Amino acid sequence: MIEVDQLTKRYGSLTAIEAVTFRVEPGEVLAFLGPNGAGKTTTMRILTGALPATSGHARVAGYDIDESPLEVKQRIGYLPETLPLYPEMTVTEYLRYVARIKGVARGGLRRSVDVAVERCALGQVRGRLIGNLSRGYRQRVGLAQALIHDPPVLILDEPTGGLDPKQIIEIRELIKTLAGAHTVILSTHILPEATAICQRVVIIHKGRVVAVDTPERLAAQLRGSEQVKIALRRPTEALRTAVAGLPGVLAVLPEAPAGAVRDDGATVWLIDCEQGRDVREAAARLIVGADGGLVELSAMAMSLEEVFLQLTTDAPARPDRLDDVPAAGLNDASPPRGSAQFAQQSKDTE
Amino acid sequence: MSKLLAVCARELRSLLVSPIAAVCVAMFLLVTGYLFYTIVIAASVQTRMMLRMQQMAPQLNINEMILAPSLRNFSVILLLIVPLLTMRLIAEERKQKTSELLLTSPVTVAQLILGKYLAVLALYGVMLGLTLYMPLLLGRFGPVVWWPVFSGYLGLFLVGAVFLAVGLLASALTENQMIAAIISFSLLIVMWLLGWVGAVTADTQTGPLLTYLSLLEHLNNFLAGLIDTKDVVYLLGLIAVSLFLAHRVVESQRWR
Ligand SMILES: Nc1ncnc2c1ncn2[C@@H]1O[C@H](COP(=O)(O)OP(=O)(O)OP(=O)(O)O)[C@@H](O)[C@H]1O
Ligand SMILES: [Mg+2]
Repeated sequence: MIEVDQLTKRYGSLTAIEAVTFRVEPGEVLAFLGPNGAGKTTTMRILTGALPATSGHARVAGYDIDESPLEVKQRIGYLPETLPLYPEMTVTEYLRYVARIKGVARGGLRRSVDVAVERCALGQVRGRLIGNLSRGYRQRVGLAQALIHDPPVLILDEPTGGLDPKQIIEIRELIKTLAGAHTVILSTHILPEATAICQRVVIIHKGRVVAVDTPERLAAQLRGSEQVKIALRRPTEALRTAVAGLPGVLAVLPEAPAGAVRDDGATVWLIDCEQGRDVREAAARLIVGADGGLVELSAMAMSLEEVFLQLTTDAPARPDRLDDVPAAGLNDASPPRGSAQFAQQSKDTE
Repeated sequence: MSKLLAVCARELRSLLVSPIAAVCVAMFLLVTGYLFYTIVIAASVQTRMMLRMQQMAPQLNINEMILAPSLRNFSVILLLIVPLLTMRLIAEERKQKTSELLLTSPVTVAQLILGKYLAVLALYGVMLGLTLYMPLLLGRFGPVVWWPVFSGYLGLFLVGAVFLAVGLLASALTENQMIAAIISFSLLIVMWLLGWVGAVTADTQTGPLLTYLSLLEHLNNFLAGLIDTKDVVYLLGLIAVSLFLAHRVVESQRWR
């Protein structure tokens, strides 16, 4: 549905995005993840025809954005980062206007507006001036505007920005209902959001695509090593050396700060293991045998958040926050979509 | 076409609810009304003096003594007001980022420019139409020749249409409304002054050319009841060039 090939955009000497390449299948929901200034908005603006690319190509619904821009625009609903609203218009007037310039036939105007109002739960405010609406309602008007002509492709730049938690859930539900019939690209900083509603994630960092995959596989792929967390009441140096000596164990690290004791009197060690080696059983036998006072032993998985940090910060992130939510659906059995391609993981992320 | 009309209707609505447009129209009507009043007074004083000196009723020509000078002066007021009417046309869309919606909609730049131009032209037409009470009023008290009134209004309408097109072009150049107003004001002043420069340098080679390029010169023919295709073509040509340039500017910047 959407093919992006080697897109590059330069603003003078500043390269906003470089050689961005990815595909989106029909009916798929894809998330753009990336820190501020990564180039998410830039990519989306190029896809919607708001901005010409410096080089590279993009095709939407089979049409090239440079060769037949009107055809592409007809098929895209776009929610820009800054909402394109006229404060002096009422919600209904505005949606009607957008429907007209999107080419909705005169006879269908009223229905399009009603459907969009319904979908975005704008019934209460439809007669009010947009300038007087709260930020959350404006965001919804922006979303309604993108949906108004029922386009096959939706490009949503931070669709849940400025919404309260309840509304965020509503909008996510809305986007989920759009999946299948619509192809959706959305950008977000909120990682659980990507995990919750997207089938695939594109991670962008400094204008380059760093990874494209399902959230689950991203998390799995990126664990260079597996970690086991052990909490024990009576740690000794000898025991520690013994655990470190187990086959497959790379290192035993005390949870920072070293020597700290948890409320329940246990000390926590993190054990780095080689990938694919499960050392839990051996470690348990060893500690119990030495009367180490084992109270907890669990495998640590890397969440998407950690993956994200690892890919987008210059210092490699360690999953050292033990109380964090466990894995981002690591054991989820949903079939992975797309290939596990790890595009050039730029040197500076190491 | 439907899209062009949609753009036009929205623009017109924005203009009508914006205080700037309301103030502009109100000031235009006030100032033109005052000008008309003073010209009428001056004309009557002059007539009375002639009457006293010559002991006979002179040929009172309402068209030449009152209407033509009024309309000529109105064009100067337009020069001041039009930049304020047009400054927001495109600059504001960029400022409030609604340009993003327009750029990603299946609308051509030509539809946008023409839609906006028609909207502001319609507002101007109505504004100018509201001054028609002057010739109508005079017609009740004396002989008015209607043909020069018609051609004079046509000329003034066209000159104003040129101003609006230039203003639209200026608005496309920046996202700052003040700057847009200043640019269009400067451009219009220069077009206006060409006539003076032409008069001063009449004996040189460029003199007549400058005079020809001056807007005032073309307006004078209309005011005298002369609708010359040369003048019409000149004014329409200026409109076309301005709109074309505005189109190019928007297209090339793609609103950045
Ligand atoms: N008009 C512009 N002129 C110059 N540089 C620009 C322009 N627009 C964007 N940039 C630069 O391009 C880079 C990418 O910006 P972009 O807005 O795409 O980031 P983003 O991923 O959307 O960030 P955020 O998460 O903050 O929205 C940034 O470094 C930004 O400063
Ligand atoms: Mg952004």
